[in-house]
Amino acid sequence: MKSLVIYGVTLLALCMLAGAFIGDLLGNILGIEANVGGVGIAMLILVLAVDHLKKKKKLTVKSQEGVAFWSAMYIPIVIAMAAQQNVFGAIDGGPLAILAGVAAVFVSWALVPLLSKIGKEKQNTMSDELIGGSDHVRDAK
Amino acid sequence: MFEMLSDVFKENGLILSFALVGVVMYFSYLFSDKLTKGRLHGSAIAIIVGLVLAYIGGVTTGGEKGLSDIGIFTGIGLMGGGMLRDFAIVATAFGANIEEIKKAGFTGVLSLFLGVVVSFVVGVAIALAFGYTDAVSLTTIGAGTATYIVGPVTGTALGASSEVITLSIAAGLVKSILTMIGTPFIAKYIGLDNPRSAIVYGGLMGTTSGVAGGLAATDPKLVPYGAMTATFYTGLGCLMAPSILFIITRSIFG
Repeated sequence: MKSLVIYGVTLLALCMLAGAFIGDLLGNILGIEANVGGVGIAMLILVLAVDHLKKKKKLTVKSQEGVAFWSAMYIPIVIAMAAQQNVFGAIDGGPLAILAGVAAVFVSWALVPLLSKIGKEKQNTMSDELIGGSDHVRDAK
Repeated sequence: MFEMLSDVFKENGLILSFALVGVVMYFSYLFSDKLTKGRLHGSAIAIIVGLVLAYIGGVTTGGEKGLSDIGIFTGIGLMGGGMLRDFAIVATAFGANIEEIKKAGFTGVLSLFLGVVVSFVVGVAIALAFGYTDAVSLTTIGAGTATYIVGPVTGTALGASSEVITLSIAAGLVKSILTMIGTPFIAKYIGLDNPRSAIVYGGLMGTTSGVAGGLAATDPKLVPYGAMTATFYTGLGCLMAPSILFIITRSIFG
């Protein structure tokens, strides 16, 4: 069978549609008008599907290109996303809104190192830490 | 002549935005290389440029969609809109490692719950400091501080005033934008350099746009891990804020 780039894009599209559907379904079951983790579920499905297809050697280089392209378009898309945020509305919200948003971000930042430590001792993550550490030294230079 | 050009732009909105974003990125990466010696990541600069353009769009049109409210730039709305954004986010999972996700699964769930509660409590505290005392307004502002979607969903469910709902949306927007800009700067201080901490980061911050933009500007390899947990946050917030968090707030503040 011929291998086509579109197969990768189709796989990606199917994963996203499945995730969005499950997310909506989950929201519906929980009685809230929101998609619960649709994108996250889609990502999990994609990771599992890619793993499965790779093991079976069914994922050709061409198909992978179809997914890789959209993955590479991620940063440009995020920049376009930034350009259509309601920045004016955020600043226009006044001191209460700004203070609440800023405080929430700083408190959450402070919690990242604490939570990252949980359950970390188990594995050989010490070496990972070292690698990360030396990266920082390089960055500083 | 100009009219013809403007018509071409309007008819090919999405294509124009591809060209425009490419140009912005070219100059941002050039600026990053030459003037900051790569210390400030090119994509971080490009995101800041995007936000500045969004502000200009908001000021000139009074709309809510930043630059894409300006006639010829509507394509930006399509390129950076929810559909393509989510599609690209899902695509980043292509490079993700299942083992890392499995290892940090529990921590990720924990960070989600903690993230919603912490942002909520911070929002309620600030609202109290500004003189709000009724449980509905406090809950709505707390919910908005979680994300700008949870705020209006909660406020509408509880019957909050439109003024309070607007405030709650603004609080969530500030959080999202600060996360986008601030992540690359704070990353090294909070150990944000591995999949595990990225999963925790997504759960704690919760704003999909903020985490998606912030991690892109920090290290694109971390994006799938952070984005995966972040996309559960809004759903969890919509679930918790109008129910259990409201009940607790009401029992404390009457």
